[in-house]
Amino acid sequence: MYVSVKGGEKAIRAAHRLLADRRRGDRAVPEVAADQIREQLTLAVDRVMNEGSLYDRDLAALAIKQARGDLIEAAFLVRAYRTTLPRFGYSVPVDTAAMAVERRISATYKDLPGGQILGPTFDYTHRLIDFALMADGDTPLAERDATSAAAAMPRVTDLLDGEGLIEAEPASDDGVEPGDLTRAPLRVPASRDLRLQQLARGDEGFLLALGYSTQRGYGSTHPFAGEIRIGEVEVEFEVPELGFAVPLGAVTLSECQMINQFAGSAEIEPSFTRGYGLAFGQVERKVMAMALVDRALRTEELGGETEHPAQDQEFVLSHADNVQATGFVEHLKLPHYVDFQAELALVREMRREHAAARAAREAESGDTYQEAAQ
Amino acid sequence: MTAPIKPAEGYAFAYLDEQTKRMIRRALFKAVAIPGHQVPFAARDMPMPYGWGTGGIQVTAAILGPADVLKVIDQGADDTTNAVSIRAFFQKTAGVAVTTRTGEATVVQTRHRIPEEPLKAGQTLVYQVPIPEPLRFLEPRETETRVMHALADYGLMHVKLYEDIATHGHIAKTYAYPVKVEGRYVMDPSPIPKFDNPKMHMNPALQLFGAGREKRIYALPPFTQVESLDFEDHPFERTKFEAPCALCGATDAYLDEVVIDDEGGRMFVCSDTDHCETRREQGHRGALLGETPNQEARP
Repeated sequence: MYVSVKGGEKAIRAAHRLLADRRRGDRAVPEVAADQIREQLTLAVDRVMNEGSLYDRDLAALAIKQARGDLIEAAFLVRAYRTTLPRFGYSVPVDTAAMAVERRISATYKDLPGGQILGPTFDYTHRLIDFALMADGDTPLAERDATSAAAAMPRVTDLLDGEGLIEAEPASDDGVEPGDLTRAPLRVPASRDLRLQQLARGDEGFLLALGYSTQRGYGSTHPFAGEIRIGEVEVEFEVPELGFAVPLGAVTLSECQMINQFAGSAEIEPSFTRGYGLAFGQVERKVMAMALVDRALRTEELGGETEHPAQDQEFVLSHADNVQATGFVEHLKLPHYVDFQAELALVREMRREHAAARAAREAESGDTYQEAAQ
Repeated sequence: MTAPIKPAEGYAFAYLDEQTKRMIRRALFKAVAIPGHQVPFAARDMPMPYGWGTGGIQVTAAILGPADVLKVIDQGADDTTNAVSIRAFFQKTAGVAVTTRTGEATVVQTRHRIPEEPLKAGQTLVYQVPIPEPLRFLEPRETETRVMHALADYGLMHVKLYEDIATHGHIAKTYAYPVKVEGRYVMDPSPIPKFDNPKMHMNPALQLFGAGREKRIYALPPFTQVESLDFEDHPFERTKFEAPCALCGATDAYLDEVVIDDEGGRMFVCSDTDHCETRREQGHRGALLGETPNQEARP
């Protein structure tokens, strides 16, 4: 029985074999291929790329397969791989105004230059299980309207900016290199670039709950979804030897610009404020929640007081990372018997003292009772 | 001891790239220069989960050389699953020699214990740390605790310990018991039982602490003064055991309680497996093994 509480190499090897076996499932069913995951579970791939902090669809798909569909575990695999990659530098800031848009909607204008483009969305589907998907069937190719994609699509916030109704966007070429919390420890208060990085890497569910809490009165920002756009943007990199930027390829991004209630003072005219969300792939829920939380985290900067969880930098930034969170929560299953032993010893001693004290009290009150009886 | 082997290809020695190791070593130098002070470092995502010792693993990866002999323990034991896994990781990525003997090791990575055998000059003990901030449970904000350390303002901690005594009659900290280093920084010794706290004091070995998730490194250089916090009328006391080790008869070692049946049967055995085995090899016998050495012939 002493040995049974200890692990060992044999046990670990056997557990790994069993894990691989369970991952494969019933051998009578064809094995899922990573490219099938990449093509058919694209939204899962997008989530893993964000929380794994690496834009690589094939790697994310493989990680999902290896993780048996556990997306946090998949993000963790991607993160650990990311650690081993060298980094060359920062790309030129991407221009989302020049995005090849697949979806673009605004909740603040009925119509606007470039139009509203629904794109591939669940929004107006009826959530009825489609049993036809049980059978293999040919899904017809969707046609694309070339004219809408070709139209110029200025960003809604730029339209407002033209009138001065919204706070100006901070200049991107301010000469300060953006921070990277995977290469330097995060310190609070953190600047907005680092906050946005942590939110983009952060757990979708956590951001969703925090964003939701702001809508329910825990730090309301009165948001409007000014614009959500999804599509491909080109990534360019400046090579010092060449002296100009060269395209490295394209990434799909989702961007959300929330328009929120006012800032202003005696000196500054009242204006709308911004909350911003940007992430890899088609991750609309994530970027909307991110934009809400980004704005909530600017509360102090905009003259408010930090009163609620979503406004609290330390709280939000320290708990957004699901790979860290799952590790620390799950580490409770590692052995803790050394510490528990120390607690056992103390609680036993305290109980002994408690019992002794009670016995003493009872003896004393017994005496009193006898005296009273006499 | 298991001899060095050829490390796995495709990765840098001990997994981390050289730039990352340099960054960690810089943090280590600073930590050694300011004993007990928590130094932020840019911890990486490692191939093990946070909470499994990513901080200790990164420190070990940064200090390990090909000639080192590594020992890894968890709960004092070399054969707990996590210790086995971390040891295998460094065998695979660094190819270093590994051992279970405390005396043979140049680097000992540990979770929750300090070996019973006194460490020697030249050895390094690497602790895995979950929450490096001793004040965290009193003040959740890093912005506040940093100021408290800067001002050496530890009143809150003393109030907490005093309240424990007022409520329970004891300081209700049995592990991760806070210490003061060289009279300056209050430091979390990681969740070692307070039984081990006195071993940190004036230890000839270098003691390094790594917290991966919290991105902090701190250190105790050799021969550093480490005092467990207490009061004059409530001096620090080590946890005591009522029975000796059932296997080796040790009376001065930290013991694990093992439940042996469902009728309240208990036995106590050394938490430090190497210490226990060494003592048995020297002929010491606990109650379970009888008095004579020959009875332990069976494997």
